[in-house]
Amino acid sequence: MTDRPADNREQFRPADHDNDHFLLTSVVGSYKKPKWLDRARELYEDDADNFGDTEWEEAKDDAARLITEEHERAGLDTVVDGEMRRTEMVEYFAERIEGYEFNGRVKVWGHNYFNKPSVAENVEYGEQWLVDEFEFTDSVADRPVKVPITGPYTLANWTFNEAYEDDEALAYDLAELVNEEIEQLVDAGARYIQIDEPALATTPDDHAIVGECLERIVEDIPEEVRIGLHVCYGDYSRIYPEVLDYPIDELDLELTNGDYEQIDVFTEPEFTLDLALGVVDNHTAEVESVEEIKDNIRQGLKVVPPEQLTISPDCGLKLLPREKAYAKMENMVTAAREVEAELDAGEIDVPAAGETASADD
Amino acid sequence: MTQVRSTTPGLFPVPDWAKDELANLKGRQKGGLVSGDESAEISDAYDRAREEVVGLQTDAGLDLVVEGQLRWDDMLTHPLAVADAVETRGIVRYFDNNNFYREPVVTGDLAATGDVATDLEATAELTDESLNAVLPGPYTLSQLATDEHYGDESAFLSALAEFLAGEAEAFPEVETLFLLEPSLLESPPGDGADERASEAIDTVAQATDADVVAHTYWESHRGDGGIDEKVYAHLMDADVDAVGFDFVANHEDNAYVISEYGAKDDIALGIVDGQNTLVEEPSEIAERVEWTLDNAHGVDFETAYATINTPTFYLPSGRFEEKLAALGAVERTEVTA
Repeated sequence: MTDRPADNREQFRPADHDNDHFLLTSVVGSYKKPKWLDRARELYEDDADNFGDTEWEEAKDDAARLITEEHERAGLDTVVDGEMRRTEMVEYFAERIEGYEFNGRVKVWGHNYFNKPSVAENVEYGEQWLVDEFEFTDSVADRPVKVPITGPYTLANWTFNEAYEDDEALAYDLAELVNEEIEQLVDAGARYIQIDEPALATTPDDHAIVGECLERIVEDIPEEVRIGLHVCYGDYSRIYPEVLDYPIDELDLELTNGDYEQIDVFTEPEFTLDLALGVVDNHTAEVESVEEIKDNIRQGLKVVPPEQLTISPDCGLKLLPREKAYAKMENMVTAAREVEAELDAGEIDVPAAGETASADD
Repeated sequence: MTQVRSTTPGLFPVPDWAKDELANLKGRQKGGLVSGDESAEISDAYDRAREEVVGLQTDAGLDLVVEGQLRWDDMLTHPLAVADAVETRGIVRYFDNNNFYREPVVTGDLAATGDVATDLEATAELTDESLNAVLPGPYTLSQLATDEHYGDESAFLSALAEFLAGEAEAFPEVETLFLLEPSLLESPPGDGADERASEAIDTVAQATDADVVAHTYWESHRGDGGIDEKVYAHLMDADVDAVGFDFVANHEDNAYVISEYGAKDDIALGIVDGQNTLVEEPSEIAERVEWTLDNAHGVDFETAYATINTPTFYLPSGRFEEKLAALGAVERTEVTA
């Protein structure tokens, strides 16, 4: 039985970190694929001459290296490969799990679609999902690698369930598979896992199901492995404070899109997990200034003290042009470092700590 | 003898080719979505896509053809998204689904735009079949939109009802009007609000000569499955020609309220599942029609609209087309009830 939240944040503080305070900077995961990678996929799928498995693997490796390094260049403390090998957050996993079938694209919003799969029979672990991805990213990264993995509740909810009595039964079976995958990732050296459960924001009655899934997921995962949970685009008052009981270390939330209207939800009762705060909007190409982002970070300090605050975009950045996404990450890191320095200097109020430091303290 | 007429509640999936073409023209971010003043290129793509989905319906043999609402990026709130005095802000979750729409915020006096009428006119050019127009119901629209102008719930609901009535008045000749009211189940109106919801539906229904169907779907999240009895009792006071039920989500409860509280002369039977990819056989659909009519004790319907239970924008195009074909084939199968 592990006890979470656990004390596992310090391992991500870079050796050359300048400030005493440390706001862990990260990303949710996805990133726009370079055009040449899309072109390579077309060649591969069209069975083009001279473009087979080897060439396709090499293209994905190149893209993963490129984006991992782009994350590092932006100054992030923990990096992801931008999910270059993944098609979509449900699709990618469904392709690897036995029991799923695909019938075509469906709308998510606007002109964003995904290949919503159908569960046609009981699910079973098929080929490995993310171990190869992690091992490659870890080998090219200088910074610690975070591994986002779609959670079982979302995998169950965002598929057409045509085999199980209900989504709950499907989610529990999937949770066992996620646990199996995370055990392998941990064996391979992963120390930061983010469970993506956007579907959690949608159905308040299902808190207990998600909690039960998480218990299965983290079973026998050691405490030094940081477990985050990403949730987005919902009415958070419907899941708070229940989420505090989950066996996780960090809760990652989209809040910029709604202009922090929901931030007060988390102030009562006390937020006992680490908060990974969305500080840039992934659905607008306008790059937030460092000053704007610093204001957003201060919103997070209403909820948790700096020791519990992680800084992140609202959600995956894959819909943004790369240069915009990069500029957002770069400003985000600059803003975090400036806030840290101001915290070191005692220039910032931390309402969540009950302190009222001011510039002339 | 009940006349069975096949139709759908609209909001079709965009054909696959148009998904790509329109994504290229409009982009994939909030700013590019439909605002009512699309470029000629975008309008042309939508025109071709509309022609395709009208053709699918006539080929399938559906009795009442819908426009398909392919332009409705914001699903049910589209009529507001293209109206003056409405700002579209951040994207917000659509009910409890993995879908999102831009939050429409009403900041001034609402006025109908004729946007839906224009699309219906274009549809009438494409087919000789009778048309079924589709609008969000006023109660549901009030739940999905934000008011920063009218000040209280009741005034906002009335304003939305008048707005929708204005849209309906501008329609070309249509045989039926489906008002989609999932919120009557999803977030049922409480005391007082239930009566106002019914009055608001009435306001829209009065604005058209078409037969009006107040179409409900999904399951109640607050009650125990079907439509709340009191909400239904008030709905029966609205001057609509039919109430629509989602018999896929819940057939027992729906049959119960019909037997207990009676029904309008006509009914819409949501008996094809718009929420999954299993394609029903025409005989299976016919059986469901028969079951619902047999189990509506004490009610003889003049017309029963056999329909997909929900809008279908969330189905893969291929399966959607197969479901249309199956529904269209029902009439040629015996329905003996």
